[in-house]
Amino acid sequence: MKPKKRKKSAYKLLLFILPGILLVTIFSYLPLWGWSFAFFQYKPGISLWDSKFVGWKNFTFLFQNAVMRQNLVRVLKNTFGMQMLDYLLTPLPMLFAILLSEVRSKKYQKVVQTVTTLPNFISWVIILSLANGLFGGSGLINTVLRNIGSDWTINVLTTDKHVWLTQALLRQWKGLGWSAIVYFAAIAGIDQELYEAAMVDGAGRFQRIWNITIPMLLPTYFVLLIMSIGHFLSDGLDQYLAFGNALNKEHIEVLDLYVYNVGLGSGQISYSVAVGMMKTLVSIVLLVSANVLSKKVRGTSVF
Amino acid sequence: MNKKKKMSGAEVLFQVIACLIFGLLALICLYPFYYLFICTISDNELVALGKVIFYPKGIHIDNYRKVLGVENLGNATLISILKVVVGTVSRLLVTSYMAYFFTKQEMPGRKIFYRYVIATMYFGAGLIPNYLNLRALGLLNSFWVYIIPGILGVYNMVLVKTSMESLPAELEESAFLDGAGYLTRLYRIVLPLQKPILATIGLFSIVGLWNDYVTTKLYITKPKLYTLQFLLYELLNRVSVLAAQEEHGRDEALQVTPFGIQMTLTAVVTIPIMCVYPFIQRYYVKGVMIGAVKG
Repeated sequence: MKPKKRKKSAYKLLLFILPGILLVTIFSYLPLWGWSFAFFQYKPGISLWDSKFVGWKNFTFLFQNAVMRQNLVRVLKNTFGMQMLDYLLTPLPMLFAILLSEVRSKKYQKVVQTVTTLPNFISWVIILSLANGLFGGSGLINTVLRNIGSDWTINVLTTDKHVWLTQALLRQWKGLGWSAIVYFAAIAGIDQELYEAAMVDGAGRFQRIWNITIPMLLPTYFVLLIMSIGHFLSDGLDQYLAFGNALNKEHIEVLDLYVYNVGLGSGQISYSVAVGMMKTLVSIVLLVSANVLSKKVRGTSVF
Repeated sequence: MNKKKKMSGAEVLFQVIACLIFGLLALICLYPFYYLFICTISDNELVALGKVIFYPKGIHIDNYRKVLGVENLGNATLISILKVVVGTVSRLLVTSYMAYFFTKQEMPGRKIFYRYVIATMYFGAGLIPNYLNLRALGLLNSFWVYIIPGILGVYNMVLVKTSMESLPAELEESAFLDGAGYLTRLYRIVLPLQKPILATIGLFSIVGLWNDYVTTKLYITKPKLYTLQFLLYELLNRVSVLAAQEEHGRDEALQVTPFGIQMTLTAVVTIPIMCVYPFIQRYYVKGVMIGAVKG
């Protein structure tokens, strides 16, 4: 197709994409205007034009006011704490895939894969309900414990203890099988001759895994790890909105949930926008650094 | 097939242990669903006493009959279905439409417009600015808030575009010479060849739309526009509010839906996912790529 032939209709193409461009503008670029709320003393009910312009005061207030600062520190601690737990658990899907691919029966592999992937497609609300049925105050496990006369009860949903761990485990339950699929695909792509050669050389299972499988999977692992850095501060409003309640709020409130609670919960729009803005800016810095890191490590950019 | 090599003793042991580990993992993934199911059909009293663990006891379908009586259920079901159907169809249409036009090299300024759209994958104005924006647009408490803001999946657009670019150019050329316009070529020639990728995106969009409750939580206050997921969320929320009140020694009588009804509603909300799941399996790997790798 030569551009000459198309000259006439080429500009018509812009008309075709115009609705899409407008859509993106309205729903992705226009909201940026909302950032201006961070510089006003906005209260719901009155318009931004009637609100007092306060400059950077909302931002400085977040750090100078003792209560606000404490909250921010607590929320950041929660965000970092839970993300760190997640990072510690990132090798699990790879191990899962490696071990499962060592199982001889292909049928068994398939069944395990099918079953362990299912929770990924279940919403957090349903997971909350399942968890409530099993681990809630009057859930199965507590009832059984009571029946056998134990005064040791676990109530993982309405307690302030071990919240990070509980939430991390729930995330693993939901995501482990799913995250392993990408490694399965990678293992399937490894040249079988490598293994045959290793067998001829007398390498055992552990040596084969250690010297062939893991090195072949590490690039995938690092790409996923680097890509996740950009999402460091946005970890699942979905999950914490479902599992968060008055009793575990102290430890479950991550940055996103905090923005929601401050902004829509208690109507402090200006502060919550200020927090959200800082979050976005930090995320962009993280994203760019992840990209630079990726270029250094792999020679190509991820994004 | 080659004859299987005879396994050594150590190998047998390894296989048995590995199978046991994965059996246990599979059980952990599956049991909650199984328990949910046997709960809903078992005698509610026996469930409360912790007697129903491995198999249902005192089978009845009363819970399912009663769940129909949950306030707002019919309406929420309708909204959920509409949201999934209208949402998925419109997403597929808009996403593939934009993807097609971005494959057109002759478009003036194509790179700039493309980047303009792609950039939105990497930044977001944030929760509250989005809320304020939708409020200004009058989309709060409107059914369309489920559909329109997410109608163009940028990531999916990249996938479809990449897939369309792999088609030979001659395919369209001949239609062009026959005088077919862009839209005719898109819908008659290009799209029918994109079925696999559209099926993948469609299935994941069905699951995503069905499972989403945050949109309702953020933007909807009218009970008439609640979805099933949100209805369940509200029921469960009331349970934890009550637990919090007990802890603080308050004695307000708060209506809590009976456990049996809760579980049954959960089962009802889970069933559609179970129905779609076998189809999703076929598109696993592509789906992972949708979630994980750049286009």
